[in-house]
Amino acid sequence: MKSYALFLGCTIPARQPNYELSARKALTKLGIKLVDLDDLTCCCPPPIQSINLETSQAVAAYNICLAEEAGLDIVALCNGCFESLAMANAALKKDENLRAKVNGILSKAGKEFKGTIEVKHFLQVLIDDIGLECIKASVVKPLSTLKVAPFYGCHSLRPSELLEFDDPERPHILEDLIEALGAESVEYRDKLKCCGGLLRGISDDLSLSLARDKIINTTKAGAECIATLCPFCFVALDIGQIQVKSKFNEVYDMPILHYSELLALALGVDPKELALRTHKIKIDKVLEKIL
Amino acid sequence: MTQKTEKTAGMTFSDEVTSRHGGETLTSCYQCGTCASSCPVAKLDSSFNPREIIKLSLLGEKEEVLSGDAIWLCCSCFNCQERCPQKVEIADLIYALRNIALEKGHIPSIYSDFASALITEGRIVKVSKFVEKKRADYGLPPLKPVGIDALNKILSATGFDKLQTKEESQ
Repeated sequence: MKSYALFLGCTIPARQPNYELSARKALTKLGIKLVDLDDLTCCCPPPIQSINLETSQAVAAYNICLAEEAGLDIVALCNGCFESLAMANAALKKDENLRAKVNGILSKAGKEFKGTIEVKHFLQVLIDDIGLECIKASVVKPLSTLKVAPFYGCHSLRPSELLEFDDPERPHILEDLIEALGAESVEYRDKLKCCGGLLRGISDDLSLSLARDKIINTTKAGAECIATLCPFCFVALDIGQIQVKSKFNEVYDMPILHYSELLALALGVDPKELALRTHKIKIDKVLEKIL
Repeated sequence: MTQKTEKTAGMTFSDEVTSRHGGETLTSCYQCGTCASSCPVAKLDSSFNPREIIKLSLLGEKEEVLSGDAIWLCCSCFNCQERCPQKVEIADLIYALRNIALEKGHIPSIYSDFASALITEGRIVKVSKFVEKKRADYGLPPLKPVGIDALNKILSATGFDKLQTKEESQ
């Protein structure tokens, strides 16, 4: 079975063992070998791109070089890491002048971008390398009757020209993967709209308003939880609900789970092994339905 | 990066933006407003409008663009960029404007914190010793070393490290 260099990024190892554990366990159970490379760094996501785009692209390219040297494609769990690395990879493969410029910078660190590997999102590995049928056949605890609101976040889908993840206006990968676990994927208003995560600390009012819309819309649609793909979306919606409570004096109780957690649970991983206490909004209602 | 600022003397603001990485497509905008109608932030806050930021940039209103709050309110969702009929790379353009603004000393403090963490830790979010120890309890493998030396060579080659010193000295 295929091996991948696992790109963890910064937020997941620092704050979300629930994401790392569920993704590692699920992918391993499905036959993917994950390799942890030495010397990776931050991917340089939008906050660093906001400071300097050229630096961000060069650092993303440096990380890709490490995977090239190991002869491995990269799997990223975080949308931010996926976007930074996949955009740099696509842009540098396409544009020779840019590649020459970036390689000039990388030479100072003894690296050269060659363009020999792919950068994939965790969900692309599930679809491309494992496949929906195999996932369906591997489910031992079907999530029957569970209504799940899919939430892609922004940086899995857009800019689609460089990321080539799914149709940016009518994606279906996540819905398909939710239904493969036996759950019902729920449609809701403004499904593809941003969670506001990147505005946290810049404008908390705007950020919380966007998160609140997401919670209201998924609640109205009858969802019992939201499935996320990104640690920033997870924070914006999970801790966000606590902050919405104090700011708007409104109480919501919408469990937020990474898709990987739903997958690991459906594959029969013991919930005790998944650091589920990381969730600020308790997910007991979801667990009761599954187990 | 500091050399680049000096080179821009005598250029129009529009030229300055299009000469930057990310800013190349500025002049393709014909002000249709698809960006503004696709923007989740503009729906909530009328002080942010991507079409307006582009218009002001094209008109050379440099100070208003660079010292105002608006460019920092983009949530980087790329909805506008995805839908622009003129293929203006709007989200990238806003990064380019932020890059220029920062060289003039405008930066939200949270970005400054991220930059410092990148330089010292190689990560924008620090992994505490406690969390690192806890990994074993969870059954997670130890974290591999971060390539901080290589990273700092890159940050020094692009001038990122000096940019940070400049911020701190202000």
